[in-house]
Amino acid sequence: MKIPIEHYLLLSTVLFCIGVMGVLLRRNAIILLMCVEIMLNSVNLLMAAFSTYHGDAAGQIFVFFIMVVAAAEVAVGLALIVMIYRNFKTTDINLFNKLKW
Amino acid sequence: MSQYLFYFLAFVSIFSALLVVTAKNPIHSVLFLIVTFFSIAGQYIILNAQFLAIVHIIVYAGAIMVLFLFVLMLLNLNKESEPVKNYLMKGIGVLAGCLLALVMVAALHKSTMSPALGIPNEDIGLVANLGKVLFKDYVVPFEVSSLLFLSAMIGAVMLGKREPKVEPVNENTN
Repeated sequence: MKIPIEHYLLLSTVLFCIGVMGVLLRRNAIILLMCVEIMLNSVNLLMAAFSTYHGDAAGQIFVFFIMVVAAAEVAVGLALIVMIYRNFKTTDINLFNKLKW
Repeated sequence: MSQYLFYFLAFVSIFSALLVVTAKNPIHSVLFLIVTFFSIAGQYIILNAQFLAIVHIIVYAGAIMVLFLFVLMLLNLNKESEPVKNYLMKGIGVLAGCLLALVMVAALHKSTMSPALGIPNEDIGLVANLGKVLFKDYVVPFEVSSLLFLSAMIGAVMLGKREPKVEPVNENTN
């Protein structure tokens, strides 16, 4: 309990910004999904830290629900990527920026 | 002791997250992402949230990473085939990320944390305690999340199904 909460804030901020940078930099759709996972995890870590420091179990329950949503999101996202790859033979996001044909 | 462990795990998670973004080979990105997830699970253990740590390892390292690796292998993307963006766009992306970090850190620097109400309960993250809260106060969201999982599963199966070939109408004219 000696670690100040500000350090958790800093760590989560840095991880979140790395995720944002990854979404902006990369063009492979699968790596974009991974960067979204990094962002979700940084938020989860911060919520668990606040929950422990304030002695409130609701924060950890919400982390659990965020994990559920993340798992569902990854399943649907990867299915979409597989379908797109079947039609385009690539996962480069710049090729399907119109989502038309 | 736990302080040093915290800083070590923070360094490992940030470093491997940077490597996820910068690695050329997507397989290497997935492997570094697993390192990031394990270090975050270590952070949960430092926070005395054992249930979250175990669930995190099972869900992320066990299920999601297997899905990522499976799709990468299935689509045969394990080569450095990604076309590079031009350097202007890369520089703008890095600049935008750094500016976001700057804004967030400045906002957090000005804010003050409210002190904890009362004495925090140390073993709040144990399975027994969390299970009581989950099945007493949060039963309805728990059931709704099961519905969400069902719909996600049906959606993934529907999307992943190969569309049947359209039969030509005048096939048996001869």
